[in-house]
Amino acid sequence: MSVTMTEKAAKHVANFIAKRGKGVGVRIGVKTSGCSGMSYKLEFADEAAPEDIVFESHGVKVLVDPKSLPYVDGTELDFAREGLNEGFKFNNPNVKDQCGCGESFNV
Amino acid sequence: MALLQITEPGMSTAPHQHRLAVGIDLGTTNSLVATVRNGIAVVLSDGKGRSLLPSIVRYKADGSVDVGYAAQGAQSADPRNTIVSVKRFMGRGLKDVSHIESMPYDFLDAEGMVRLRTAAGVKSPVEVSAEILKSLRARAEASLGGELVGAVITVPAYFDDAQRQATKDAATLAGLNVLRLLNEPTAAAIAYGLDNSSEGVYAVFDLGGGTFDISILKLSRGVFEVLATNGDASLGGDDFDQRVYCWILDDAKIRFPSIEDTRHLLLKAREAKEMLTSHDEAPIHAALRTGEQVNLTLKIDTFADITKNLITKTLAPTRKALRDAGLTVDDIKGVVMVGGATRMPQVQRAVAEYFKQEPLTNLDPEKVVALGAAMQANVLAGNRAGADDWLLLDVIPLSLGLETMGGLTEKVIPRNSTIPIAKAQEFTTFKDGQTAMSFHVVQGERELVSDCRSLAKFELRGIPPMVAGAARIRVTFQVDADGLLSVSAREMTSGVEASIRVKPSYGLTDDEIAGMLKESIDNVGDDVQARNLREQQVEAQRLIEAVEAALAADGGLLRVEERTDIDEEIASLKKRIAGTDHRAIKAGIDSLNAATQDFAARRMDQGVKRALTGHKVIELKL
Repeated sequence: MSVTMTEKAAKHVANFIAKRGKGVGVRIGVKTSGCSGMSYKLEFADEAAPEDIVFESHGVKVLVDPKSLPYVDGTELDFAREGLNEGFKFNNPNVKDQCGCGESFNV
Repeated sequence: MALLQITEPGMSTAPHQHRLAVGIDLGTTNSLVATVRNGIAVVLSDGKGRSLLPSIVRYKADGSVDVGYAAQGAQSADPRNTIVSVKRFMGRGLKDVSHIESMPYDFLDAEGMVRLRTAAGVKSPVEVSAEILKSLRARAEASLGGELVGAVITVPAYFDDAQRQATKDAATLAGLNVLRLLNEPTAAAIAYGLDNSSEGVYAVFDLGGGTFDISILKLSRGVFEVLATNGDASLGGDDFDQRVYCWILDDAKIRFPSIEDTRHLLLKAREAKEMLTSHDEAPIHAALRTGEQVNLTLKIDTFADITKNLITKTLAPTRKALRDAGLTVDDIKGVVMVGGATRMPQVQRAVAEYFKQEPLTNLDPEKVVALGAAMQANVLAGNRAGADDWLLLDVIPLSLGLETMGGLTEKVIPRNSTIPIAKAQEFTTFKDGQTAMSFHVVQGERELVSDCRSLAKFELRGIPPMVAGAARIRVTFQVDADGLLSVSAREMTSGVEASIRVKPSYGLTDDEIAGMLKESIDNVGDDVQARNLREQQVEAQRLIEAVEAALAADGGLLRVEERTDIDEEIASLKKRIAGTDHRAIKAGIDSLNAATQDFAARRMDQGVKRALTGHKVIELKL
């Protein structure tokens, strides 16, 4: 089981955390909501919870709570630019279908 | 799929419910839009990576509009339809705009605000500003991938009600929801205050393209309070260019250059100025239309020399602001630099020398206001956890008050009060049986209404008839977080009410504000004189009316010579009212009072007799 980040994504996360001044890593999770059933959670993590499963890629920690893990296992977090917009992208192999914009999904 | 941003812990939004909010620095020369992304405030750039948007709008005959760099290119070819520095016209009448004769526009004086006749029709400054805001909004929505929930827009701290309202109207017209108008220095302080989380009293030194503002702010426990503001509305980076330009003309012995050459040389002057921020000398090469060649080298010492007094000019308002705040240089914990012109090393040196410390320059002075606005927008849009929530206090630039009898100003909210604020004061009627009262809301520091700016007028009707002085009318002044004023009046016994949201017909120019402040200081003596005079005049008028009413009712109680005495006193007092000697009027009041003392006593006796006649002692409840 694993959740990874591309080097680019890791660099951006590390940079954001440094500028923010605090945080141990980035937390990835899922919530049950949205037009296709589930949606992603992407937050700064100020501390690791005891039950968290922690992965590390390119020196940056990714924290996942055990309940979310089955839905995001194998995911690679990427950082992308589309026109003027830029942000993080989930490449999640578990997704069967997602809503038009991809903000919520089903497994 | 959609691109996601990292949020603060626990602040993840539901899909399609991002609270995208931006901060906008709507500047005189350039505008910027910024947002908080992945927890960090960033300025949003256009497709070519440029963060500044020149605040220039060009109207074309086919009705289309160019904004920013596209409009800037047409500035010299189509000056009449290319509007620059529209911020100077916001909320202003034709007579409020200085140097209007030297501007290339076709102005129309309209009620409230000046209008501009362009190839695409008559436009108000609000519409022109809205075009700039629309362009920034489109940039923000393309960059953030969604619709904005709102924006924080910055305005100069000295902007009055009309100018703030005009800014808000422009935003509405551009389809932006205004979360709040924020004072520019406060925005700069936010950008620094939170990034560096330091507390204390700070000075914000803002030397922009054409304006200079100094603000004294207090930051404590996450609360920002503006203690004082001051400035010079016609001092900025452009003046430095002008000095270099004059030096070029002088040194190269050029006389009466054409408009094109002037523009070209001004550009060269600016380039040289910018080069001197990191070099000791700057070469100036230009070929003029006349065939003349300019080949000069501007040394940093020469530059410092010719611009010395411009720098000195920033220090006088700085001293005044400190004095207004009741502070000295030693109380200032840090100095925030805002505006591109503060990049000049000698400006930084002068500021460092005056404040006896190095100014803060680690944020880009051109972006710092937009960044602070973005951080405030992020909070107001609800993207931060409650614990971090912070409050914002701003200040009123000029006192707000009411006209009272005799054309005197009664200040209700003094200058430099922090907003939002509400203050109430009680007033009363002047005449017996008065059933209506008119309120005249004014702004300014002077004692006489005629020397202050009129903001609005309204009336309270339906006051129950009472003797003079018996009615209690409570007037409440309320200034909201955007600095907009509403005034309400309520008669306390009957509950009748009237109110007005002050949307004044036109605003004060900053020159006027500066001028009015200066006058109030220069004229303290005069004002006290004038106030004394008016007070005595009002008092005398009141006394005459009371005596005349009494004479009409009970004149029969007086012997002929007594009546003549009183009539003479009244006539003499009336004459003195027309004069300017308040002591003479006071003497007249005293002597009329003395002359009517017996009469008053007799009236009272008679009143008692009337009340008692026909009643048995036993009926009286003593």
